[in-house]
Amino acid sequence: MSSSVLYDTPGPRAQRLDRILNVVFSAMLVGGLVWAGYSFYQRGIFDDRWAILWDPPKGQEAADVWYSLLVRGLGATLTAAAIAAPIAIAFGTLIAIVRRGVTRRLVTGSATVVTEFARGLPVLMLMFLAKLAFGWSPLWSVVFGLVVYNAAVVAEILRAGLAALPKGQREAGLSIGLSPMRTTLMIELPQAVRIMLPALVSQLVVLLKDTALGFIVSYPELLRTIKTNRDYFGDQYTIPLFVVGATIYILINLSISRLATYIERRLRERGRGTEPPEIGPAGPIPQSGIGGPAREEGAHAGDPVFGAGRRPSSHAVPQRRPGETDDDYRHRVGEVDWRRASIEANTRTGDSQI
Amino acid sequence: METFVNEFGAIWGGFLATLSLTAASAVLSLVWGTVLATMRVSPVGPLRTFGTAYVEIIRNTPLTLMFFFFAFVAPSLGLTVGLGFQWSLAALTLYTSAFVCEALRSGVNSVGVGQAEAARSIGLTFGQTLTQVVLPQAWRTSVPPLISVLIALTKNTSVGAGFAYAELVTVQRTLMTSNPSDGLFIFFGIALLYLVITIPLGFAAGRIEKKVAFAR
Repeated sequence: MSSSVLYDTPGPRAQRLDRILNVVFSAMLVGGLVWAGYSFYQRGIFDDRWAILWDPPKGQEAADVWYSLLVRGLGATLTAAAIAAPIAIAFGTLIAIVRRGVTRRLVTGSATVVTEFARGLPVLMLMFLAKLAFGWSPLWSVVFGLVVYNAAVVAEILRAGLAALPKGQREAGLSIGLSPMRTTLMIELPQAVRIMLPALVSQLVVLLKDTALGFIVSYPELLRTIKTNRDYFGDQYTIPLFVVGATIYILINLSISRLATYIERRLRERGRGTEPPEIGPAGPIPQSGIGGPAREEGAHAGDPVFGAGRRPSSHAVPQRRPGETDDDYRHRVGEVDWRRASIEANTRTGDSQI
Repeated sequence: METFVNEFGAIWGGFLATLSLTAASAVLSLVWGTVLATMRVSPVGPLRTFGTAYVEIIRNTPLTLMFFFFAFVAPSLGLTVGLGFQWSLAALTLYTSAFVCEALRSGVNSVGVGQAEAARSIGLTFGQTLTQVVLPQAWRTSVPPLISVLIALTKNTSVGAGFAYAELVTVQRTLMTSNPSDGLFIFFGIALLYLVITIPLGFAAGRIEKKVAFAR
């Protein structure tokens, strides 16, 4: 994070200012919370309405309420997601393979048009299409919308991953006589999936969030269950039910997001060992040249090349051409460019998770 | 086909409704998102905490839940937000601003550490470093992701259809219900109107991305 670089290590004056600002803003935040809490209290938000969670009215048991929320509601949400996710991933992968591996222009072109079309439409529109024009049941309408949209996004994520691979991978595959399709399947795809795994996992969060659109096409998922419970028990019970629902959604999505961040960190740490030579702003630092390896003393202990007691093999490190950007250079030299891949994936697919 | 032509007035009304909701919430969420991004990179601890918590929570909340909050929950909290347009605007703005904040922050993070170090070493203050060195560069990297956020926002306005805001998907629903046989034509016609908004935006993103690419 560069934010720590934006400001200097604070001196006495800045430290004093920091302390004052800290106190002021903390007081403002706490004050705001207290004020909100008090005004809620005045409106009777903290009265016995919360009892619906353990002792509901109308002769119902707490178990009934929780059963409808957690088993029926959450169950329906997870069912839709569990059906849609594998189908979307399968179709998305298929489209990505077709766009990369098939040499016929007509086929790849139409695959591109279809993904762009599906990605540019609201998911809700697709759900209504299935529900009203095809006459499908709410569950399958939800699944249809989720599958069409997310398959297109998965295809786009994988396309970005394939594009970020070093060109040499494909060239090597083709030069040992593999067909373009086999090169894609056996050489490029496994690597692309690996580097795009975080983006793919984040996409699951989007998919799970979008199941809530089922509320609008009257699929009885979690949000719809909350609404039904509210309609049954009465308006004053909206808040406790909503708080429970929101907590469930946020907890599940937050843990999947965390998983994505974890995978991303793991990949980055693992990737470090195989990274090509360090590239300075003025071009690559030569690994060896006149007078022996320039960077021997800077080598890391765990570096496999140095660990084996060998001198680094001398090979020409391509120079950056004038006017070439960092990204272009890396692409030409054949380095998996993580930043470019992730930016590509984000800009192409619409910021992840939205 | 016939329905699409006959009902074009209603469809056009829906298109304008979608467009105005998109434009209004785009402006508001850009403003609020910039404020949030400033909070997230600021030296003041409590502001950073608030910004981070806001973004983390909103990003993991379904948009439909935000609409639900303003439509059904907010009235009992004493927050009366007007019908249809107003609560759609509130929900979309609060939701989208979290993503605007992330786009801007990733732009700030993409500026090389050396830039800020150089600025500081020639004696610029925090404010000067930010406004004269870091932000002009961050802005250029942020534009393409910001446009993707706007594209997503355009599509997200459709959630208003479930909460009493009459926009394109609402029109789609009423037309499809009354003319089931014409469903596909209505679908593709309305899809075209969405693509009229989203494709130029995506095209602009690609152009700007090429234009602002620079060597670091």
